[in-house]
Amino acid sequence: MEDTGIGLWGVPLAIFAGAIRVSTPFIFVSLGETITERSGRINLGLEGTLVFGAMTAYAVAVMTGSPTLGVLAAMATGAMFGTIHGWICKWPKVNDIAIGIAMMQFGLGLAFFLGKSFIQPVAPKLPSIPLGSWSAVPQVQAALNINVLFFIGAALALFLWWAFKNTRIGLILRVVGDSTDAARAMGISPDRVRLLATAAGGSLAAIGGAYLSLYYPGSWNEGISSGQGLMAVALVIFARWNPIGCFLAALLFGGAGALGPALQSVGVTQGYYLFYAAPYVLTLIILIATSSPTRSLAGAPGALSLTK
Amino acid sequence: MTVEANDPGLSVAAGSGASLRPLLEWLARRAEPVVIGLVAILIGLALFSLFILAIGKSPITLFQLMYTGGFGSWFSIQNSLSRAAPLLLTALCVALPARLGLVIIGAEGAVVLGGVAAAASAMPFVGIVPPVVLFLFMGFAAVVVGGIWIGLAGFLRHYRGVNETISSLLLAYIAIALMNQFVEGLLRDPASLNKPSTKPLPKDYMLGQIPGMDVHWGLVIGVVACILSWVLIEITSFGFAARIAGGNVRAAQIQGLPVGKLIVGFTGIAGGFAGLAGMIEVAAVQGSANASLAAGYGYTGILVAFLARHNPLAIIPVAILLGGISASGGLIQRRMGLPDATVLVLQGTLFIVILFCETFYGRFKIFNPDLWKRS
Repeated sequence: MEDTGIGLWGVPLAIFAGAIRVSTPFIFVSLGETITERSGRINLGLEGTLVFGAMTAYAVAVMTGSPTLGVLAAMATGAMFGTIHGWICKWPKVNDIAIGIAMMQFGLGLAFFLGKSFIQPVAPKLPSIPLGSWSAVPQVQAALNINVLFFIGAALALFLWWAFKNTRIGLILRVVGDSTDAARAMGISPDRVRLLATAAGGSLAAIGGAYLSLYYPGSWNEGISSGQGLMAVALVIFARWNPIGCFLAALLFGGAGALGPALQSVGVTQGYYLFYAAPYVLTLIILIATSSPTRSLAGAPGALSLTK
Repeated sequence: MTVEANDPGLSVAAGSGASLRPLLEWLARRAEPVVIGLVAILIGLALFSLFILAIGKSPITLFQLMYTGGFGSWFSIQNSLSRAAPLLLTALCVALPARLGLVIIGAEGAVVLGGVAAAASAMPFVGIVPPVVLFLFMGFAAVVVGGIWIGLAGFLRHYRGVNETISSLLLAYIAIALMNQFVEGLLRDPASLNKPSTKPLPKDYMLGQIPGMDVHWGLVIGVVACILSWVLIEITSFGFAARIAGGNVRAAQIQGLPVGKLIVGFTGIAGGFAGLAGMIEVAAVQGSANASLAAGYGYTGILVAFLARHNPLAIIPVAILLGGISASGGLIQRRMGLPDATVLVLQGTLFIVILFCETFYGRFKIFNPDLWKRS
């Protein structure tokens, strides 16, 4: 680190860059889960969808040479997983949380099974935008070299925030999420809306997976995810089912996740594994601080089994 | 729409004496979970066969290998039983809270921390106390740490309203990070170079094999734990109160049942069992605490518990079945060239189908005891 010339400034810079890098999958998974949960259903299986999406994107990118096609293929498989979840959950007495756990195990197993032969080959990466080309300092250039999906995720968060309030589809989604009976009275089929919302959520979660395998860390292996799909569910609660909140919370998580590697890069190696646990501890503390045993969570969809 | 009048079988049953009717009632009640469970497994196997056919392999060969690898010889049976031992305990970690209506999926965390606690508590006493006393120390430490870990999820659920499914899973990730920190730092044996571990237990301080079998004592501990759990739920008043609270929390509170204590108590016991699984891994298999503790027993335990419909006695055969399936993984890999994740795909498929088949409960008149009651 002696020839960098920016010394300890490297830490906040690395955290900033890391926050953007690490947060991108969180943004997509949490936005997807927000859509699903706003319809009154919880999909705990997004971890499996994410990993399967990562595998699909990588495999398709290896075979076609196009990372964009990889992302699109991942979205298609994510929507398929969401559809299966949504279809099974429409049957009476079926528990959406338990199905989510099962879908997670199934998705992980299938991804490891089909992805076995793609651990070796190298896939083309997703593009990034070099916003730091004005600077002569290589660290600044690297930190401002921001991936395209981050911007798409930010735009999507803004769009969803607007769409939940101002569009017909957004209204239908919220009605179904708040009261199954009210939706039926309006002539809306709650099961169909929830199925579509779960499919949409799955396809967004798969983009998060595609980011992992095609940008950062940019390879496919069985340990590609460190629970992003599950933490995103907690993140949605913290964000109060608000897309903009999801985006900000994802950045916060990204920063927490980048803390350990950033400190390590300037020579702090003590307690590396404890820093690794920082995002999980942060999630738990936030959940404890924002939950209450007596009242339901502010902003929670009324039909959601999670907060009953 | 009267069924009785049109059903010849029923009139026979009614005519063959009053003594038969209570038996039929009992059978109808008991047969429902067994029949639906078996049908679910058959559907799951059929779907899995389609998948295997789709990738151009023979499902028949696969199932034959699964049988051979899991139960085909005395050697493979012992292998399956050894693998079932930790699953018995981790499944209890899911099943006990489930009777209270809680979905706990973080048993893995209690397993790894239980293992670390067991290894740490053994260190100062090796060579000083006899092995049996050492095992008691280790078991105690593992049960306490595991119990606190999962009990915390129960505590947060009741007193803070934090969703226990998510908190238990976050606690599992935190536990694995803590284990890595301990094993690579404070408790690391300097002699363990490639794979950081705690100081290994000497040979004569290892939990040995059941006499006449190549299966460690963990199996017996697991089976005893299942039987004790069954007694706890079905016979004690503590378990009765828990079942009421699991059915309807409001009703339990109106009855004056201590719901908070029940939740913390049940999750604590559940975590204690998972911690014990970690102790057994250390004392009977690994000899030390290391990263191999996070081998996924906690996650397979979820499947076992749901398959057994959270009945502690049903956990015993289901855990042995899944132990057998996982024991056959290596053979399938070698003989058919399929990845080791084949077993995971099968488990996931079975899990989904079994949960889906919950929807069939109460749909078939034949399982309704009232049908057999009427004359």
